[in-house]
Amino acid sequence: MLPTLGGRIQTRIVLLAVIGGLVTLIITPVLPLPAGTTLSNAYRDTFIILAAVAIIGIVWECVYHLLMQWRWEKDWPTFFGFITMINEGALIWVLLHFKAIPGIVGTVPTAAFVIDFVLVWMAVWLWANGPARVVNIRWRFHGGRFV
Amino acid sequence: MTDTPTELPGSMDPSIPATIMRERPAAAAAAPDLGAPPGSGDLTDELLNSDMWTDAMLATAGIPVADVPLVSVGGGIGSFVTVDYLRIAGVPTNRIAVLSNLDFAWQTYEYLTRVSQIPRPERIRSDSASRPDNIWGFPSYAATEAFQEGNWGELWHVFVEPMWADYYTPKAGRVFAGLERESKRIGWDQMLVKGQVRMVRKRQGGGYFIILTPKAGLTPTKRVAYRAEFVHLAVGYPGLRYLKELQDFRTEHQDFHHVVSAYEEHEHIYEAARTKQITVMLRGGGIVASRVLQRIMDDREKYGLQTQIVHLFRTFIDGAHSPNEKTLHAWNKRKGGHGFAYQGFNYPKSVWGGQLKSEMRKLEGDARAVRYKEMGGTNTPWRRRWQAQMKAGRDGGWYRIMQGTVDEMRLENGKIVSVAKTQHGKLEIPADYIIDCTGLEADISEHRVLKDLLDHSGVGRNPTGRLDVERSFELRGTASGPGVIYASGATTLGGYFPGVDTFLGLQVAAQEIADDLARRGFCKKIGTFRSISQWFKWARNKQP
Repeated sequence: MLPTLGGRIQTRIVLLAVIGGLVTLIITPVLPLPAGTTLSNAYRDTFIILAAVAIIGIVWECVYHLLMQWRWEKDWPTFFGFITMINEGALIWVLLHFKAIPGIVGTVPTAAFVIDFVLVWMAVWLWANGPARVVNIRWRFHGGRFV
Repeated sequence: MTDTPTELPGSMDPSIPATIMRERPAAAAAAPDLGAPPGSGDLTDELLNSDMWTDAMLATAGIPVADVPLVSVGGGIGSFVTVDYLRIAGVPTNRIAVLSNLDFAWQTYEYLTRVSQIPRPERIRSDSASRPDNIWGFPSYAATEAFQEGNWGELWHVFVEPMWADYYTPKAGRVFAGLERESKRIGWDQMLVKGQVRMVRKRQGGGYFIILTPKAGLTPTKRVAYRAEFVHLAVGYPGLRYLKELQDFRTEHQDFHHVVSAYEEHEHIYEAARTKQITVMLRGGGIVASRVLQRIMDDREKYGLQTQIVHLFRTFIDGAHSPNEKTLHAWNKRKGGHGFAYQGFNYPKSVWGGQLKSEMRKLEGDARAVRYKEMGGTNTPWRRRWQAQMKAGRDGGWYRIMQGTVDEMRLENGKIVSVAKTQHGKLEIPADYIIDCTGLEADISEHRVLKDLLDHSGVGRNPTGRLDVERSFELRGTASGPGVIYASGATTLGGYFPGVDTFLGLQVAAQEIADDLARRGFCKKIGTFRSISQWFKWARNKQP
């Protein structure tokens, strides 16, 4: 998929909500969280992190779109979609560390955050690079837009 | 009156599909068609001269009429991809007819790729997810190759392209095998009617008549007519042109052996190179030039040959550039060097779905033509192997590149001498063979069906001179009652969507056409549920 700015943002929100939501639902109970963390608090934290990735990601998408302008093809290679996991993950981790993400209960251990973040990212990235084309046949020709 | 395009002597093998290679006589010079007598089963004066036909006119002429709601004219990959979409959207085979002189959809494409040095085991210049046999592009060619051939490196390849590897491109053989499978799955042969399409005319009361000339003796009448509400035109390239000086030389000396087009059979040149030292001159800087160059260089290496190559570029690119220097900015540069402009595919990648597709969709007239110029121009991919070969050639002095144009060509001591205006002044360049890799295309009016549409059906030209289509690929000015003519492929270049003459471009067009037909009630719109269920049918090789 070759994105437009609108398509980038829509794809991020929809795929994080659906694919990211499913992965979060499945993995949250098995994350290495501190003893005594209730399941409802665990879900609350992981879904808030997911929402943070989506919302802060809108700013990231603007940055990526700007960087893309320096590419003659105005494309965004598959690798870029993968490797941006590092800068985005690092930013969220820093924000968690400084308790800058509202609504988080307690402290999220680094290991749990890394597992959660990487699995969600990988699932969304793999989906976007394959099966997404089957679910909506117009998506790839519309720059990643759903509407 | 004849339906057989005029051939230049020796220009080609008659078994080759007619779509591209045969040069048609200039339309202005063509003798006016004379009508046949009524009742003869042929075109009468009344039919030839009327822009709009009635059912009675066909009956008077004695031409039998068959009713099919949608007719696709061409029968190459453009027809195939569109019909594939419609079959997946639920249209049965008896509601579609494909009129074509091709036995199978990829016949012309396979011929052209083979002679231009891409036999089945070699890779074509196309993206991993551009699959004309799979409307979803999933799984991609790279993933399929990885799983089927255990070639797992290809997954890594698409992961790191284009930064640390050349773009992945599929093998021609894999593309053709996939098309063959899909062709059987959708029942292509049930829809295919062999023959030469003569014309498409509007029908009074709505829809169109399409006149087909089947192979002599197959039908009681010379012509048969199809009455259709919808017509899809995918006739491919209207024709191929040679560089003028090469054409003049060929005609004057009747030499079709030493001066050839890369799109013709020219294996004899590679064979000659194996028997003696020869000099080959190449003209053109696109993908075909690269392919021919690779073949000569591969043979040189493989058989220890001494072939000399002179490469003449009309437009010589020597660094990062913009095809329009006014827009040359740091963020808008294409790579280039040693004569070539480098680009992964024939347009910047985002024309097939991203930013440039979205931008072009909004542009009209001159603004669109200018933008086409900015991103267009002849180009070829930057491939590591080619770079190494060309560097070895330049360093070894057996591959010489120069910029220039040729004013005159003559025979001297058994060599063809090109008198060229180059950056070093006037040069006389002798060569044993000249291969024209420029791939100049003929005007759309040189295609008989298109000429007829331009003359009789209100078809216009877009800012670059090709067929003027809407965003839905409806041919402007041709509506006939509820009927619509659509066009896709090379003839529509210059429209709201660039990259039309590519696998993915044909699929973009097919999607727009299928959606437009769904709006008009011809078929169902492919929604999420249908798309998923049909994908599983594709995966299990079950009929749509």
